[in-house]
Amino acid sequence: MLNSAPSDILAPIERSPGYWATVWRRFRRDPVAVGAGLVVLALILMAIFAPYIAPQDPYKGMALRRLRPPGTEGYPLGSDELGRDMLTRLIYGARLSLFMGVTPVIIALGAGATIGIVAGYAGGWVNTILMRVIDVFFAFPSVLLAIALSGALGAGIANGLISLTVVFIPPIARVAESVTTSVRSRDYVEAARASGAGAFRIIRTQVLGNVMGPIFVYAMSLIAVSMILASGLSFLGLGVKPPEPEWGLMLNTLRTAIYVQPLLCALPGLMIFLTSIAFNLLTDGLRSAMDLKA
Amino acid sequence: MSILEVKDLTKHFPLKSGLLGRTTSAVRAVDGVSFSVDQGETLGIVGESGCGKSTTARLLMQLIMPTSGTIRFEGKTVGTSELPLKAFRRQVQMVFQDSYASLNPRLTVEDSIAFAPTVHGVSTDQAVRKARALLDRVGLEPSRFAGRYPHELSGGQRQRVNIARALAVEPRVLLLDEAVSALDKSVEAQVLNLLLDLKQEMGLTYLFISHDLEVVRFMSSRVLVMYLGRVAEVGPTEALYTSSRHPYTTALLGSLLSMDPDNRRTEAPLAGDPPNPIDPPPGCRFHTRCAFAEAVCGEREPVLGSVGADHTAACHMAVSGSGHSKAPLSNAGGRAA
Repeated sequence: MLNSAPSDILAPIERSPGYWATVWRRFRRDPVAVGAGLVVLALILMAIFAPYIAPQDPYKGMALRRLRPPGTEGYPLGSDELGRDMLTRLIYGARLSLFMGVTPVIIALGAGATIGIVAGYAGGWVNTILMRVIDVFFAFPSVLLAIALSGALGAGIANGLISLTVVFIPPIARVAESVTTSVRSRDYVEAARASGAGAFRIIRTQVLGNVMGPIFVYAMSLIAVSMILASGLSFLGLGVKPPEPEWGLMLNTLRTAIYVQPLLCALPGLMIFLTSIAFNLLTDGLRSAMDLKA
Repeated sequence: MSILEVKDLTKHFPLKSGLLGRTTSAVRAVDGVSFSVDQGETLGIVGESGCGKSTTARLLMQLIMPTSGTIRFEGKTVGTSELPLKAFRRQVQMVFQDSYASLNPRLTVEDSIAFAPTVHGVSTDQAVRKARALLDRVGLEPSRFAGRYPHELSGGQRQRVNIARALAVEPRVLLLDEAVSALDKSVEAQVLNLLLDLKQEMGLTYLFISHDLEVVRFMSSRVLVMYLGRVAEVGPTEALYTSSRHPYTTALLGSLLSMDPDNRRTEAPLAGDPPNPIDPPPGCRFHTRCAFAEAVCGEREPVLGSVGADHTAACHMAVSGSGHSKAPLSNAGGRAA
């Protein structure tokens, strides 16, 4: 039946820009989102190239020059309670703070999306069991859960990461489950089933492309939350330990100086604020760029 | 020779209630439907919405599992070792009503068409070649349409893509579930003609499900009328349209628009809605709306009885000795041959 095919069957075809190309074009037109994206990019670059940018050694302090106000000669943003350069420590702090913000979300995205997509696609009792287990975690406020887990596991970066990951798996799984459930009953998934394809192939070729966008955007919105939670853990002495430069921890150690140098204490908080705002605006921009009819 | 044989196909959707989710009752969407489809024919299936047409299609495709009943393809029972599901799905494909929802919005047209062949072991390159050849066959120039996304196409173009997608595994039977119902009349006619051409060319067998009686008459060699999950009447298209034996069929046909302004219909041929399929009426399911209903209709359920050549109806009025006053005295209405 197909032998009568025209000879130029593999001739070049006109291709429409794909979904992601369209999203990128829309995203580029949104100045706020692009600005937020640039800030995030700058923070990431700052973290990567910290040793080349930072003027001093982040660990070396000078007891005689403690708590200098911003603008002091040699200390553009002042010095902390041990006489270490604030600018240097804020730059280095981006490393751990971003790491603590992004890593748990990435791991939780992998685990949560897998759980949610499996539950959503399988439906029935598989869905019920998986999602009821997930619901148990929703019984605890996320901050309390993170603190409780960190407290039980002990302080340290690795334990902090584990507890944050556990906190973020349930919400991501729930979003993944609801998106997948709605996609699974669409006719094109039915058509794929009718073509004889197995569940794994259908998920890979028909479902993933339609659910990963919303799940990814949701996970990105959690990065800011994760950063703040990580800072909170450090502040409570459960996450990063001194003398590592980390914004939450810096906030903690400088709080004793709040009456002496209020501006100084506010700086790490300002960085957390700036970063989470940038991530949130970036997420918002992505969300609206992805909100296509197609 | 029948290519597809359906026997006692039943689908009850359980209704759960209460804290423990106990099954309290069931929607009897399809309730003991039997019919057969001959090689090369077009069997039209008509009925009101909610009568079980689409459920029947989904059951045939095994997209939902029947509560009971068997489907045989060329004499082999589907879903057993005789004919595994995957092999069956190479032989029978389906075109859905919603041309937009049935195409993956993230895949280009050619990728959507090429998907099914790759499932059955065709190389990606070959599958894409095939997809483009099929696009050409359904009247969409491959160089213009192969790389497009569904939202860039019109409804008629999308439905052509869906037809190409269904044909990509070279099936023998095509289930068309309201495949043209959502299209404009002019586009609908083009797609119907395309379907007729394809059928001729590829020796296909069609199951044409629609609520549009005119379209069904145009397409089908035989017609099956469904009412509330059951078969009311089956017969050759002309016999059924000219001398229907089931009052429901007659009422349905009465709802057709008259082309003669002097002969316009002033009252509805059928009043009210179909009864609730959770709790269908006893006896004949149509007796609550039937103008000829008698005591027997509420007591005994009529079975499909022969009323002409290859023509059967499930009505007490068609079967002699049923106890209905309008029933034939002798077996005069029986098979003439």
